[in-house]
Amino acid sequence: MGLPLSHPLSHGGRHVPCRGGAGMRLPPHAFLASTAGAWLLALVCTFWSAPAFAQMGEPPFNHFMQFEELEYGFNDRDNPLSWDSTAWFGGDWNRVWLKVEGEAATVDPEVEGEAQLLYSRLIAPFWEFQVGVRGDLVAAEGQSTEGRGHLVFGVEGLAPYWFEVEPAVFISHRGDVSFRLRATYDLYITQRLIAHPSFETNIAVQTVPEFGVGAGFNDIDLGLRLGYQIAREFAPYIGVSWNQAFAETADLRRAAGRTASDLQGVAGLRFWF
Amino acid sequence: MSRSHDNHDRRGLTRRGFLANTGRATAAVLLGRFVTGCATTGVLAAPRRRLSVVDGRTIDLHIAETRLAVAGQSAVATTINGGIPGPEIRLREGQDVTLRVSNALDEDTSIHWHGLLVPPGMDGVPGVSFPGIPPATTFEYRFPVRQSGTYWYHSHSGFQEQTGIYGPIVIEPREPEPYNYQREFTIVLSDWTFENPHRVLANLKRYGGYYNFQRRTLANLADEPPGALANRFSWARMRMDATDIADVTGATYTFLMNGLSPDENWRGVFEPGERLRLRFINASAATYFDVRIPGLPMQVIQADGMPVVPVETDEFRLAIAETLDVLVEPTGAAHTIFAEAMDRSGHARGTLATDPHATAPVPGRRPRPLLTMADMGMDHSNMQGMDNGGAAGGDHGPAHQNTPSEEHSGMSGMDHSHASGMDEMAAACSENLDVVARHDGDGHGAGNAMVAETARSRISEPGVGLGQDGWRVLTYSQLRRATPGEDSQPVTRTIELHLTGNMERYMWSFDGEQYHRDMPDIVLHYGERVRFVLINDTMMAHPIHLHGMFFELDVGACERNPLKHTVNVQPAERTSFVVTAQEVGRWAFHCHILYHMEAGMFRVVEVRV
Repeated sequence: MGLPLSHPLSHGGRHVPCRGGAGMRLPPHAFLASTAGAWLLALVCTFWSAPAFAQMGEPPFNHFMQFEELEYGFNDRDNPLSWDSTAWFGGDWNRVWLKVEGEAATVDPEVEGEAQLLYSRLIAPFWEFQVGVRGDLVAAEGQSTEGRGHLVFGVEGLAPYWFEVEPAVFISHRGDVSFRLRATYDLYITQRLIAHPSFETNIAVQTVPEFGVGAGFNDIDLGLRLGYQIAREFAPYIGVSWNQAFAETADLRRAAGRTASDLQGVAGLRFWF
Repeated sequence: MSRSHDNHDRRGLTRRGFLANTGRATAAVLLGRFVTGCATTGVLAAPRRRLSVVDGRTIDLHIAETRLAVAGQSAVATTINGGIPGPEIRLREGQDVTLRVSNALDEDTSIHWHGLLVPPGMDGVPGVSFPGIPPATTFEYRFPVRQSGTYWYHSHSGFQEQTGIYGPIVIEPREPEPYNYQREFTIVLSDWTFENPHRVLANLKRYGGYYNFQRRTLANLADEPPGALANRFSWARMRMDATDIADVTGATYTFLMNGLSPDENWRGVFEPGERLRLRFINASAATYFDVRIPGLPMQVIQADGMPVVPVETDEFRLAIAETLDVLVEPTGAAHTIFAEAMDRSGHARGTLATDPHATAPVPGRRPRPLLTMADMGMDHSNMQGMDNGGAAGGDHGPAHQNTPSEEHSGMSGMDHSHASGMDEMAAACSENLDVVARHDGDGHGAGNAMVAETARSRISEPGVGLGQDGWRVLTYSQLRRATPGEDSQPVTRTIELHLTGNMERYMWSFDGEQYHRDMPDIVLHYGERVRFVLINDTMMAHPIHLHGMFFELDVGACERNPLKHTVNVQPAERTSFVVTAQEVGRWAFHCHILYHMEAGMFRVVEVRV
């Protein structure tokens, strides 16, 4: 099961039979292509608009694009490929964020993912406030594609003891409210060998069966990845990730023929530019 | 052909100029235009073994992109007259000089005469004192030479100082100096990177620790004394890094002495028995150097070009943009000049020898130091001292263990002959250096990540990583002006500025406000004497430079306080100096770490009639 990277996945949507026939049909490979396309578009827009941005009085303009995780998972089920990427564009105080993450099974044509587009403002030395929108999609061969949109309110920053923390509240277009907390840490073993523990939990107010979300405490993701920085920007890693669903969410997963607990080994690349 | 000597209110125009420069810089990063290029092979000009010299009443300086060899690798640099450093400009006190600077770059350039007393329109700061020198034009700088000593010059445009536009200035005095030496060498220390400096800044903006490969890790935990873990937790709790001594390090820098790498080994050749004058200039973009000549004591005779009462030492820390003149009497056939980067991530090196091929042993670099709680203004023993109101309280912090023991008993840094009667003179010239300033509630906003709870004078401390080696290290508290100052007018005003920064975003500022955010000038009135109090809220040292005027650095010596153009403010330090506002005009005032200046640690001091 996916780690903090694969939130949509951890909601279990991928294996929940979709009964609401209202969804459009989007083949998984088209979904993947559109994710990549969104990235390309973001890149083009950045380079196109950067000089203009620089004239807006908040130099220097900068940008940062990172695949925090791009990895292959080894488990006894679907061996997923998953990605967790973020990018920001802007100056010291105001930034635009793009967060794209998701997971595709490599044994079945099934994909799920989400993207967030956020405005971010520095509000304290270590904290920025983020507000924007999020879209989720779940697609599987032979089933209708499910989608939903959210408003996002969150903060992101550095807590004491160097924990990177990212709490956020989501309100879906149908009024469903959920909360997510992520925390990660960089543990330097040597100057270049770095352990990267991560934690995520999701809590929902309403049940959203199409996405495998039960009301209440949904799940916990724990990950530990060990990477080697060949360059600051480029670190291959290996690791393990574990997801445990609880309560109604666990029931939904079991009803879909899955287990509430998932453990997998991962191997991937972390890189930025 | 002279352009625009007037300096009327051009603030609107000039601020746009400043921003436009930065905009271009940004575009350069994004378009991936690498000014400095990457290593290639081919025939290259051999590095210069000695500095070229230009002198006379009219001097031509030609600025261009030049392919040359740095440390044996091909690089494209921005150069003055084709070399790094630029030529040594030799002037005589009292002469008039015309410097014709022609620009063959495809962007604006400028030259600032660092430490020289010039009319404001000749100071060479685009956006503050003149519009800059556009491509394919020549600007004539004209000014009378009003002083003597060792200075330097550099571009004040974008990152050109990092890519090679800097050189030494030596001004011979009208009256003979009271020093006895037979030969002199100018020694320009600098840092070179094969990366595009725009990229360097972009890297720091994305990840402040990008160039730090000397962090505390699990693997080196055992190298630290017992209690290290608790210490690490305190630093982690504050989200600060005790190994953050330098932002840009030997991970990308090659450190140069007169343009030569340590392997290329710059040599100064002398005749046996000669006494030598060495004119040290730190022309780095971002590197503090700790300089010593193992086995040879050095007699410091001038600091920032101004004569001081000679003081003998074995090592000195030269902040970015400072100059220091020393006399040495070589005893052997060869001596190494060793200039270690403050964070120990590299060094520059050269040799003084009687034989042009001789070398001397090169010492090993010392372990990288760690910042202490005192560097964060968290030194509780000092706070206690303050609470007791005792003058003796200030000197017992751990960071003071390095200072000469005789200074522990009295007022830190005071020359005891001047101690008596200081209270009466305090208003006029020197402050009580034992003042421990407690920070007020203003944290300076989101642009500032740390507040030094308490700040105090550290002029009698040699600085992080120095003083434990069993030899003498120069401190500011030892500097005394050679000729007492005459201006005994009372100080009428105090201006307090905090040095602030946010390492996570690589934002640097005064009082939490970056220059880009339309900061107003700091206005002085012609003739007034103003005390500037600088409080360093960050845990990095900052070399703060005032253009246009020397200031009297308060070392507690009143009329003997040394004159300087650049002062190193240590972490959590409270430094004060007095300026006599005697040069009308707008003057840049900034941190001389190039990347800090670009990130906003910049102000304008305006002297109005």
